[in-house]
Amino acid sequence: MLEKWNGLVLASVTSAAALFASSADAVEIEYWQYFFDARVTAMEQLIESFEAANPDITVKMTHFPYADYRTKVAAAIPAGEGPDVVQLFYGWLNDYIAAELIQPLPADVFDPATIDAEFFPMVQAMKGDGAYYALPTAVRSLALFYNERLFDEAGIESPPETLDEFIEVAKKLTKKDGAGNITQVGITTGMTAQDHHWFREGLVRQFGGEPYLDDYHTVNYNSDAGMEALKFYTDLEKVHEVTASGFMDEPQAAFKAGRAGMHIDGSFRIGSLNGVRGLKWGVTELPATSDGVRSNYSSYWVNGITTKAEGEKYDAAVKFMQYITSDDAMQVWLDVVGELPAKPSVGLTESNANDPTYGPFIRGLAYAHTTKFANESAQRQVLVDLVARTDIEGQPLEDSLAVAVAEEQKILDDYYD
Amino acid sequence: MQIYANLTIRQKHIIWAWAFLALPVLFYGIIRFYPTGNAFLISFQDWNLLGKRTWTGWDNYIKLWNDPVFWKVFKNTFAYLLIGTPISLFLSFLIAYHLDKLRFMHGFLRMLYFLPFMTSAVAMAWVWRWFYQGVPIGLFNNMLASIGIPQIEFLNSTTNALPAVLAPAVWAGLGFQVIIFMAGLRAIPTSYYEAAKIDGVGWFTILTQITIPLLRPTIVFIVVFSSIGFLRIFDHVFNMTTNNPGGPLNATKPLVLMIYDTAFNGFDMGYASAQTVVLFLILLVVSLIQLRLLRSD
Repeated sequence: MLEKWNGLVLASVTSAAALFASSADAVEIEYWQYFFDARVTAMEQLIESFEAANPDITVKMTHFPYADYRTKVAAAIPAGEGPDVVQLFYGWLNDYIAAELIQPLPADVFDPATIDAEFFPMVQAMKGDGAYYALPTAVRSLALFYNERLFDEAGIESPPETLDEFIEVAKKLTKKDGAGNITQVGITTGMTAQDHHWFREGLVRQFGGEPYLDDYHTVNYNSDAGMEALKFYTDLEKVHEVTASGFMDEPQAAFKAGRAGMHIDGSFRIGSLNGVRGLKWGVTELPATSDGVRSNYSSYWVNGITTKAEGEKYDAAVKFMQYITSDDAMQVWLDVVGELPAKPSVGLTESNANDPTYGPFIRGLAYAHTTKFANESAQRQVLVDLVARTDIEGQPLEDSLAVAVAEEQKILDDYYD
Repeated sequence: MQIYANLTIRQKHIIWAWAFLALPVLFYGIIRFYPTGNAFLISFQDWNLLGKRTWTGWDNYIKLWNDPVFWKVFKNTFAYLLIGTPISLFLSFLIAYHLDKLRFMHGFLRMLYFLPFMTSAVAMAWVWRWFYQGVPIGLFNNMLASIGIPQIEFLNSTTNALPAVLAPAVWAGLGFQVIIFMAGLRAIPTSYYEAAKIDGVGWFTILTQITIPLLRPTIVFIVVFSSIGFLRIFDHVFNMTTNNPGGPLNATKPLVLMIYDTAFNGFDMGYASAQTVVLFLILLVVSLIQLRLLRSD
């Protein structure tokens, strides 16, 4: 009985396999990314034109909600069930390389020297042992969003250029009720959102510091610059009273609701702000210091070839990788998703760099740094707690900074040892 | 077939019983016991889900013992238990006791109390999260501000946050406990009350000498049930503090949230498993103590 049953199962499996195989002689490769409407649409367009150019290859895209993405990818790839080409956050890549789940890109097609020259410099974080392991289609950076209606109302003519102007403008935009409760913030703050990036790679560097040493293995913001950056940041609430942490729950919610004059966020926010009725917003580069020093943070998602892809699938995967990191693909990604091209040749074209919306972000890429995180959420938590200790428990800034540095160093040590 | 025919009826019964039991046994074995055993194993290993598992012995447990966050979280977990259980027990008894005496709109009121229990914890946590916000969007603070009282930091405070998160969790569980208590109250024979009335005993004596002693099994059940619930509290905390999970400064973080964070943000499966084993042991001990209380009945 059991044998008969086995035979039946085997027969149906093989016939099903034959059915699928006979539909095309094409090589099918699988591509995974997380679900975000515009990203899926953009990738569908790219796959369509890729398949038109390479009729012998079909690409099957699978996507998951963002919340499950990292876990599913991490569970599927080691089990050999996963994709041939996968999209990963740059910060996850080290773990995948260490576990030998990602193959280095072939140097004859992806020449490291050419990539060094052609891509924005922060992409070099994806290089190891003389080869690139993965490449982004698009990158992200931070900029200062501002509410044009509130600017007009407060009689502010142009967005702030320097950190001093930034505080002055924020003061004009802040509103309080009779009891002194803030009802409209000049600038949103919250280390839980993008501010921890602004602090690390923006403010600390602008005040003359170097946030990390030894390729991000050593925490280094326990310096005068770190202290100044922290003071600047916490003074916004404590001295200048132009913000309240946790105002309206989330910084982006306050900005969307028109209750915040300014808001620092990533280029990925553009899409969701475009849909907000009644919100007239503009965007400008992050404020510089009075002597013109600027700094920015950049992050990106990369595409890599998993070790599952072998033989003809590997060749197809390489071709697909080549296509999705091409200039054309980057322009599609910018137009559809609103994410910035990873190459200056595409990003810094006349029309892209001067675009009123994308321009400030693209210009920011030129002076952007990419933090190499060991555990992004834990490292973010360190900075959240750094400010919370001073805010809730009244701990002096110096002490709180020292605790934070020790905590973050411990995370790095545990990870790299 | 010959073998089967030679069996006694009793043996055949056993074979059939096992045939039917095979499915749930298999299900439990594969879905429950295998992963549980695996968690014990992983707790002695270092594993990031991607690479190889390496044996580390007691390292994860030693790390846990020396982790100040763990002890903070341990304290929080018991704070949820020790504040939540008595309050919900007291409130649900109070409501059930009075609801039981009420005839007017009895069904409607019972429904109102039961409604939060049926509501999704996620939706409820988010609504309460907004209630707790500061001016201009928070309901409570807007009310305070409109009568000139300074705002209260509900969630952004190391002292207020835990009770603030606990309140909706208690409220959500209340409906179920009220129903159980009412069933318990109805199960007490009326003859006792009649006898007490004939003896001319006051309401307080009736309550403490008849009602509460006879409700003992109900009380023990509710205590066991809600203790396990509070020890495993997760969804309310997670949803009310998503920006800063278990914050501020770990003031609201329960053990389950720490496990989640270690496993699915830190991808430190070994350490997360060690925490899970500790949670398992806590639940085991608490349940055993409570079972013992039940048995002495």
